[in-house]
Amino acid sequence: MTEPVIVVENLTRKFGNFVAVDHINFEVQPGEVIGYLGPNGSGKTTTIRMLLGLLKPSDGKATVLGYDVFKQSEEIRMRVGYMSQKFAIYDDLTTLENLTFYGGVYGINDKARIQHTLELVGLNGHENTLTSSLSTGWRQRLSLGIALVHEPKLLFLDEPTSGVDPTARRLFWDLIYQLAESGVTILVTTHYMDEAEYCERVAVMRDGKLLAMDTPTNLKKSIITGDVWEVFAHPLEKGLEVLTAMDGVERVGLAGDHLRVISSRARTEQSRSVGKDTMQSLLSEKGISVEKIERGEPTLEDVFLSLAR
Amino acid sequence: MTNYLVQASNLHKNFGSVHAVNGVDLNVKSGEIYGLVGSDGAGKTTTMRLLVGALLPTQGEVSICGYDLQTHVELARSTIGYLSQRFSMYEDLTVLENIRFFAEIRGLSSSEWLPRSMEILEFVGLSNFKDRRAGQLSGGMKQKLGLASALVTRPRLLLLDEPTTGVDPVTRQDFWQLVIKLVSQSIPDSPPIFGENGGMPEGQGGGVSVIISTPYMDEASRCHRVGFMKAGKIIAEDTPSNLRARLNGRVLELRGNPINTLRHAAHQDQDVEDVAAFGDKLHVRIREGKSDLVIKRLSDQIKSVGATITELRVIPPALEDVFIALSESNHD
Repeated sequence: MTEPVIVVENLTRKFGNFVAVDHINFEVQPGEVIGYLGPNGSGKTTTIRMLLGLLKPSDGKATVLGYDVFKQSEEIRMRVGYMSQKFAIYDDLTTLENLTFYGGVYGINDKARIQHTLELVGLNGHENTLTSSLSTGWRQRLSLGIALVHEPKLLFLDEPTSGVDPTARRLFWDLIYQLAESGVTILVTTHYMDEAEYCERVAVMRDGKLLAMDTPTNLKKSIITGDVWEVFAHPLEKGLEVLTAMDGVERVGLAGDHLRVISSRARTEQSRSVGKDTMQSLLSEKGISVEKIERGEPTLEDVFLSLAR
Repeated sequence: MTNYLVQASNLHKNFGSVHAVNGVDLNVKSGEIYGLVGSDGAGKTTTMRLLVGALLPTQGEVSICGYDLQTHVELARSTIGYLSQRFSMYEDLTVLENIRFFAEIRGLSSSEWLPRSMEILEFVGLSNFKDRRAGQLSGGMKQKLGLASALVTRPRLLLLDEPTTGVDPVTRQDFWQLVIKLVSQSIPDSPPIFGENGGMPEGQGGGVSVIISTPYMDEASRCHRVGFMKAGKIIAEDTPSNLRARLNGRVLELRGNPINTLRHAAHQDQDVEDVAAFGDKLHVRIREGKSDLVIKRLSDQIKSVGATITELRVIPPALEDVFIALSESNHD
């Protein structure tokens, strides 16, 4: 087997008495696409900053591409790429000029390599376009190109496709998968489940702890152990009240024109979990009219909300 | 008589040679949450700004609560609460002082705004923070303050322009629960949240309407109705469930090893329209009525090349699948 790209062992960071990252452990293999999720203040950014060697761990250790994050941070930074929404693209430069500029920052002056990067992100033919006139989707490709110009083995992406529609997002991710196939490892931090669904494995952090790390499918199975129901009832708010108080109901949320109910897992064979009929009769009993109750599919958002609360 | 709160017909807005909004018709009912969904540059924000009267349309008409936006702009605006992408607040002022500022520029007296503000702060969950400086609030709380400021005039129409950009899913969930409550609470037999009649004119049964813009499908799925915008036009409009139903039976989930072989095999099939990779699985869109055929043929094909299938089944289509299918069929 090949060496893991990231190895994190008991990694911890304290700021005074506050434990921002609390003894986390994980490994990432080459070519994996990992999603890193958590509410604001959960320790996501602190973890990434330690992995980039920008912040010293208080305890534990981590290696990235075989290098110690603290002792060999220069080696790491030469070999990782970073793309963020806040990343500066010079609007009054062309795409080629932007790439050439950032290539220069990494000491890359090879024109062929810059041209290759341009083609990789599909911007060939747009070399001389001023970046101010690019659409958001194209700008994101340019940002990706800038993060890739020094041919990193590991790529950090921070909400890489925020603000674009699913078509542009799909095209961008096709590119990411292509990179992953060629052996580049990718770590995506995001608040958007639309993005997280694209990752092969997803890690969820809360209060500095790594709560779970698995494929989206396995997370849905292991975290959402009950059933998901879509309940169309009137009045909605009263339905929310009644179902929230109901035995065997884990969580109820308002979902626009209906309620989304997640039941707890049945403890024994006899005590069946909350079903269509039991909800129907309880709601009718309380004078709430039920239009229909349908089975729903668990989403990554359900997983996130169950873990993050 | 019509019960539409917002009526916009044939809206156009040109910026030089750019047709930012290119023939939009929009009708939003009382008590409805309408989602304008599309990417940056699709025309969502321009449409919103046309609806608040911040921009004049090149062509077309808008009426809000029955007031024509061209002839009765002040009356129309008095019914609107607007939360822009970067809503302004004074970081040095407290939560309550910020709301007071917004209330006073809208011409409310302190006997009006003070009790109302306290009600609203209670509703959005900021009443314990009323004396905190806005600059000291977390991202989620700032967003709630923005919502509270937009609500202080008791608007009948709330326009939210990408309100949850950059906030985490927990905060987003909280925000949405507030928006949905706002809309569903004004039903006749529940107590109004904002004083008598909930600020509604007598005899108007329906509640607050919300128009929200977003590029995210998980948000779109929470709206009552969704309009997909592309290149200044609404290319499809319906309820999320009706939109999804357009692809019923035509989306397969495919899982197995090695995933690249599966993807390749799916691409080769003549009745496959689209293959999308999602982390550990593929979504395969099938031509109408061919699902059974494709499931059989694809599993034979994949087995014959030595790859394994762990799952191949018809799944309920996601809004994302529908959006992509629609975008493809709308190439100009």
